[in-house]
Amino acid sequence: MTEPPLIELVDVHKRFGDNVVLDGVNLHIYAGEVTSIIGKSGVGKSVLLKHIIGLMTPDSGSILFSGRPLSSMKKTERRELKRKFSYMFQGSALFDSMTVYENVALPLKERTRLRDKEITRKVQDKMEALDLHGIDENYPSQLSGGMKKRVALARALVTEPEIVLFDEPTTGLDPIRKNSVHGMIAEYQKRFGFTGVIVSHEIPDIFYISQRVAMIDEGRIFVEGTPEEIQSSEDQVVQGFIHGLAEPKVELAGMASRREGKRRFKEELARGERFDIPFTILVFTFENLEELVERFGHEAGQNLLTRFVELIHGRLRITDTCFRFSADRIVLILAGTEPGAAETLLTDLADEVRQAGLADKPRKDGFCLSVQAGIVEGKKGESLDQCVAEAEARHRRFAEFFLCQ
Amino acid sequence: MPAYTLENNPLALIGRFTIFLVQELGRAGIFFFRGFLLIFSLPVQLGKIVQQVYFIGMKSMLVICLTGAFTGMVLGLQGYYTLTKFGAEGFLGSAVALSLIRELGPVLTAIMIVARAGSAMAAEIGIMRISEQIDALETMDINPIRFLFSPRLAAALISFPLLTAVFDVIGIFGGFLSGSLLLNVSQGIYFSRVESSVLMQDINGGFIKAIVFGAVVVTICCYQGYMTHTRKEGFGAKGVSQATTSAVVISCVLVLIVDYVLTSFLL
Repeated sequence: MTEPPLIELVDVHKRFGDNVVLDGVNLHIYAGEVTSIIGKSGVGKSVLLKHIIGLMTPDSGSILFSGRPLSSMKKTERRELKRKFSYMFQGSALFDSMTVYENVALPLKERTRLRDKEITRKVQDKMEALDLHGIDENYPSQLSGGMKKRVALARALVTEPEIVLFDEPTTGLDPIRKNSVHGMIAEYQKRFGFTGVIVSHEIPDIFYISQRVAMIDEGRIFVEGTPEEIQSSEDQVVQGFIHGLAEPKVELAGMASRREGKRRFKEELARGERFDIPFTILVFTFENLEELVERFGHEAGQNLLTRFVELIHGRLRITDTCFRFSADRIVLILAGTEPGAAETLLTDLADEVRQAGLADKPRKDGFCLSVQAGIVEGKKGESLDQCVAEAEARHRRFAEFFLCQ
Repeated sequence: MPAYTLENNPLALIGRFTIFLVQELGRAGIFFFRGFLLIFSLPVQLGKIVQQVYFIGMKSMLVICLTGAFTGMVLGLQGYYTLTKFGAEGFLGSAVALSLIRELGPVLTAIMIVARAGSAMAAEIGIMRISEQIDALETMDINPIRFLFSPRLAAALISFPLLTAVFDVIGIFGGFLSGSLLLNVSQGIYFSRVESSVLMQDINGGFIKAIVFGAVVVTICCYQGYMTHTRKEGFGAKGVSQATTSAVVISCVLVLIVDYVLTSFLL
């Protein structure tokens, strides 16, 4: 990157009593990009964000804006700068004694000399863009969590800021809302071209909407780069970090949990609806897994499953999800994939299974585990269960695994 | 004998407490002056001031009327029984009016408003603090002191003297009710004594007190709410409850202390 960063943090330290929160943070934020700061809870992500907007001042180190340190600016310059910022708080921080309309209109009313009509128009514009209809006169306590977030987003964007800081914008939202908030940030960022800084622990979702990612741990940024760089980094710490954050979502045999799978299904559904992107669901059914377990024990069954899932994982992209739908069913959600492409994937996978020697010729004393596969395109208005049932209806023989006693 | 350290040395304790007190006083003082100056920053927040006058002033009317009436009535009773001992019941009007206008009016009004509006202010601002609403104001480049404190201060400076005046008038009628209508002070004598004994100086003194109390009460209550997050012993909702409690206690005590100091200057 040749152009100088818009915001640069140089060796920023901050401690509260004995608790060192920031221990020499160096961070670059470039104009017109979305930079995500990821890290575990309580490692000082929000504190870092508050330093950027000036709610907190560093104990040592400096914060530069377009190369100029904040501390050397005059008061008027600092105010000027502050006006370019917006901040979206973790807990929304809406004014609970004001109506939604008053909340969104407040920055305009207090900071600008616009006429009431103009303010109303701008507020209505933003609220409509964020799907907030008919709640002008409601109070924040009457809204759901997701709506509050959107009102907060509307309030942050109504002044058309140049830099928007988001403090965990999706915490506590259901998957669809989470996805839609991410989508909104990405969309608005493109439309208005603001510089975004997002503090989050939503991995991997955050990779899709940011151009740069910085990881913070133990008070330092230990890696900074594009999402691709970070995801493909071979650094053990970085990988451990990404997976460490994603870990609770992973179940047995490297598969995502059913809940996680449902979440992804809903996300894909929402994405499909918004951007008209198709996605495909692939269902593998093990016909006689129970018998296998009975005859060979749990371990053998698990081993077979694990090897099979490993092969599947080798074929998946990061946007795809593989999870255990039920005891004898594995479901794949292939984002942005047409059923035709899924068919190809299935053929390739079958070849690979054969090559790996998982599916051998039947032996006399052997046991045969039969796997069926079905493909269905994800459709609006259908639940995951319906999709799976439909895919099963179109089942065909995929492979037969043989095990010897 | 245990060795004294900075932690347990009684002298150090006194010193620490004094430093804390002076610091708090300084902070509250700066808070007050900033808030006061920001009342006049353009554009003047007239709408918000009117709203607060309604909240502090108008909505306190019932409480002020009730307390004023009963204070006056009890003064009438007590005054009558004391004064008859000296055969001076004719002076009841003077006694009631002067004690109300010079002392009880401003002090009781201030304490009643602390209870009604001051606690509400501390709690409201405290909740805004802990739910990051004040930080949100700052990030929007809205001065929270100007936005939250200045209108309340202006409203208090307007409504305290007015409420005190209402308290005084109702109290004097209360004294009349118990002294003249229930007991036997002649109506004409009661009011002529009121008229002849109350000087403009007394009324001015009462108003000065009311204005000072207004400033003290609102500053303390808003300051306690505003500084909720700095409390060491209580966070969140507990912090707000402590802020509200200390706002009420400190305001009431300060009203009485300031009353003594002001009285000694005004007399």
